[in-house]
Amino acid sequence: MKLFGKKTLTEAQQSLVFSRRAVLVTSAQMGVGALLAARMGWIAIAENEKYTLLSESNRVNLTLIPPRRGWIIDRHGIPLANNRTDFRVDIIPDRLPDQDRDRIIGLLTQLLSLKPDEVDKVNESLEKAAGFQPVQVSDGLDYARYAAVSVRLSELPGVAPSQGFSRYYPAGPSVGHLIGYVGGASAEEYEKSRNPLLITPGFKVGKQGLEKNFDIPLTGKPGARRVEVTAHGRIVRDLATRTDVPGKTVRLTIDAGLQEYAGRRMGTQSGAVVVMDCATGDVLASASMPSFDPNSFSDGISHLEWEMLSKDDHVPLRNKALQGLYPPGSTVKPMVALSFLEHGLDPDEHVNCSGALRVGNTLFHCWKRGGHGAINMHRGIAQSCDIYFYVMAQRFGMDVIADMARRLGLGQKFDIPFPSQSYGTVPDPAWKQKKYDTPWAVYDTVNATIGQGYMLVNPTQMAVMASRLASGKALVPHFVADGKRHDAAPIGVRQENLDLIHAAMRDVINGGGTGGAARLPVKDVLMAGKTGTAQVRRITMAERSRGVRGNASLPFKLRDHALLQCFAPYDKPRYALGCILEHGGHTTRIIDSTTISADIMSYLFDKEGAMKRLEELEKQWGGTPQERLAKQLTAYRIEKGLPAAPMPDTASNAASNAAGAANAATPDEDEEAERPAPTPAGTSPTGASAPTLPAATPPSTGTVPQT
Amino acid sequence: MNMVPEPLRRLPWRVYGLLTMLAAFGWIVLYSAAGGHIMPWAGMQAGRFIVFLVMAEVIARIPLSLIERISLPVYGAILAALVLVELIGGVAGGSQRWINLGFMQLQPSEFMKLACVLAVARFYTLLPARQARTWTALWPAGALIGVPAFLIMLQPDLGTALMVTAGGITVMFLAGLPMRLFVGAASAMAAIVPIAFSMLHEYQQKRILIFMDPESDPLGAGYHISQSKIAIGSGGIFGKGFLNGTQSHLDYLPEGHTDFIFATMAEEWGVLGGLYLIICFMLLLRWGMRVAARANGKFSRMTAAGLTMTIFFYIAINMMMVMGLAPVVGIPLPFMSYGGSSMMTIMMCVGIIMNIDRESMRRSSTGWK
Repeated sequence: MKLFGKKTLTEAQQSLVFSRRAVLVTSAQMGVGALLAARMGWIAIAENEKYTLLSESNRVNLTLIPPRRGWIIDRHGIPLANNRTDFRVDIIPDRLPDQDRDRIIGLLTQLLSLKPDEVDKVNESLEKAAGFQPVQVSDGLDYARYAAVSVRLSELPGVAPSQGFSRYYPAGPSVGHLIGYVGGASAEEYEKSRNPLLITPGFKVGKQGLEKNFDIPLTGKPGARRVEVTAHGRIVRDLATRTDVPGKTVRLTIDAGLQEYAGRRMGTQSGAVVVMDCATGDVLASASMPSFDPNSFSDGISHLEWEMLSKDDHVPLRNKALQGLYPPGSTVKPMVALSFLEHGLDPDEHVNCSGALRVGNTLFHCWKRGGHGAINMHRGIAQSCDIYFYVMAQRFGMDVIADMARRLGLGQKFDIPFPSQSYGTVPDPAWKQKKYDTPWAVYDTVNATIGQGYMLVNPTQMAVMASRLASGKALVPHFVADGKRHDAAPIGVRQENLDLIHAAMRDVINGGGTGGAARLPVKDVLMAGKTGTAQVRRITMAERSRGVRGNASLPFKLRDHALLQCFAPYDKPRYALGCILEHGGHTTRIIDSTTISADIMSYLFDKEGAMKRLEELEKQWGGTPQERLAKQLTAYRIEKGLPAAPMPDTASNAASNAAGAANAATPDEDEEAERPAPTPAGTSPTGASAPTLPAATPPSTGTVPQT
Repeated sequence: MNMVPEPLRRLPWRVYGLLTMLAAFGWIVLYSAAGGHIMPWAGMQAGRFIVFLVMAEVIARIPLSLIERISLPVYGAILAALVLVELIGGVAGGSQRWINLGFMQLQPSEFMKLACVLAVARFYTLLPARQARTWTALWPAGALIGVPAFLIMLQPDLGTALMVTAGGITVMFLAGLPMRLFVGAASAMAAIVPIAFSMLHEYQQKRILIFMDPESDPLGAGYHISQSKIAIGSGGIFGKGFLNGTQSHLDYLPEGHTDFIFATMAEEWGVLGGLYLIICFMLLLRWGMRVAARANGKFSRMTAAGLTMTIFFYIAINMMMVMGLAPVVGIPLPFMSYGGSSMMTIMMCVGIIMNIDRESMRRSSTGWK
């Protein structure tokens, strides 16, 4: 048997073998002992530094404290956006044990008294949540409920209560488009920068408007809290806390009172009003209505509210002050007249207006069917006579007009702190050739002189035009009060020509012109301006023969735009204003461009009087924009067959959805600008000089003083 | 001359002292692991130690011949109990290890570590030396080891199965079986390991794989080893200080009072504490091997050496495990880890070794008296 060898053992030999092997075993034991000692020395001495670090990173948990966002204040220091103390509870999906999920949500439901639909929302968000993004359970909590969750944290793995600040916009909808709103960072933003601050619960980034543009200065430096935690996440004690550095305050040129007044005064109209300082170009107000409440966006807007806003035909999600493009209508006439004066027009030269003018083989009508008779430049502006401009435009040509339009800011892009602006079109022969590959025709010039055809402006440009006409300086709009002097170069027109224009514009409002309704209800302050009506549909010969339909009988989308550019006081201009009401149609006197502009302007001269008139008016409209928005939402809920009582229906990611969709709703240049085909059949109606009110429209109460 | 009465003086005080030095250090570590409380662990462990020390002393006084004679029947009874576990044993922690006797949970595999050594030693005592290098010397011992090891593997309890096998093979080795057999078996093992590995339970496979690379899954199956190494490594030479261990006190170290108590100790006492423990253990093992060396009779020698080896396996496997040199197999550290059954087994080993020591001393003393 080879395996066992040949040798057979005796007892003595066996004993000897035992002794030898026992020594071997003992040596092996001692060897292993030495090995263990060496191994321990290696881990604990040679690799001590590595393991000390690992042990510390186990023990110490670093929590970021989101920095308080900088305030946005108006020119007088009144906050337009500030922060409120906010207690909130989130769930970090990564740290939530799956098997415990139902128990934890059950306990939270009980502690926070969540409603069933809120619970559903949390569950739904958890299903689709990426692991690192906190899912909001509840925010805006009172201290008692926040504390109830905090003390039971050891039973609630993955639940993160936090005390932070939420963004608050005191003026609500009136500043929606101007200031924008904040929201949680989107997954893409986090993927891009990998900044842990972005996924810290409660941290918000600017999503729109000035909040977005000034996101970097407004975001401060985060604080940090080092805490000792157990393996199960229970905090044992605080080790060190570094406080956050709040973001910088951004001071705007906006006058908060005026901004809010402008938003409220526009009532139920859809449009924008921009007010500028005629000395500096400071934008005092830039209101686009209807609007959304930035507070509900910052809290995470409900899907329902979002749906309601995006379906509204008054497009509350678009900043019309910068992104709305409209044909300027007759508001361009002072500009056109100025260009003619600069090229040698005799202001006293008369044109006979018979109510229509044949250009080529088409007949162009004046807005006044019977005609104005013999008319000079001054009356041409004050009465907004189309024929006068048709005649003169053919003499001077489009290039003269286009050049002046650009000098006055039309078609210009301004360096302003907003993510997007639509800057419209100032057409001229070269432009038309390039864009449409067809030569410029005389009727194009004729259309352009009355602000129809290809010409498109936004309300901010309208205000710039008013300010430049008023001051003779190339003012540019400023939104930020940076303390610098913004001296503007003169636009290079003769002062006597400007004076002629100013006088004519004064008489538009104060001299029996088309804008009498815009007379300022303030003693001794005369406003100068120019009304406008921009047609959005073609008026056929057939309709003209039957009688043109009144705007009030037309569907909203087919009504004319109502416009006004103005400045006051007319002789020493301080403030300029551009107002465009889309599909305003001059149907209701108290919410026409003239009365709205006059009231907003009067706020700058007589605040109390202006406020008193507004409060009266708001009673008829159903309250402030906030109140009307709330009523609209309730009505929408009922229409959708949902309970009318507002219930928190917030989704953590709704705000970011909303941001994306709001951008999608923003048109490309020119897209949304309703523009009638440049047809010779067009008439150019003018301002709302005592419009005839059809019986169907709401009664206009004459709270606007008439003189 | 001496005031201490003779029977008291004859007690093995040096062994008692050594055991107490180990156990007392265990109490200190358990006191810290419980967050600075005597209860529930340190106090219980101290009480058990005293009870089991008395038990060891009682075992030491049983006539060795009796132990020798009953070793095979006891082995048979424990083997029967193992079969019973397979049939009716309760499932605990995913493996079938316990028989519920109503008043206590019985874990027969624990006793098998001891019984296997005794049985194999008894077998070779009965076997004449001239047959030590024949088939007759091999297969019965192989069966004595293999059958219980197989049953324990079925439970499954890899660590205990390994210890039973290792204890039995040590005795075979000491019995004088040819060296080539062991060398050959070791080579064969190296070849079989991959096959055996594929037959293991998935969680056992995972443990072994994780042992190879614990950092590959620091939050999952490698968590134990990673955290244990962090605890030992961050302790440094002098440790973080008594009651100052963060890994254990903040619950990062799992099983910090049982299988991973060495890491709990090392974090607070550093390399110095580790060396103290290793030296104490080596002294204990040296005592066991010396008893084996000076014992008369085959059974005494093989039993003393085999049981010493069993204690050694406890120590070596546990410490290699916590230092990342062996997979996590669930073997406690003698005298340190909190728990009754392992302490009972080890104290039985110590008791039998003391018995053999006493026996050989008596014989030699009668020799020169």
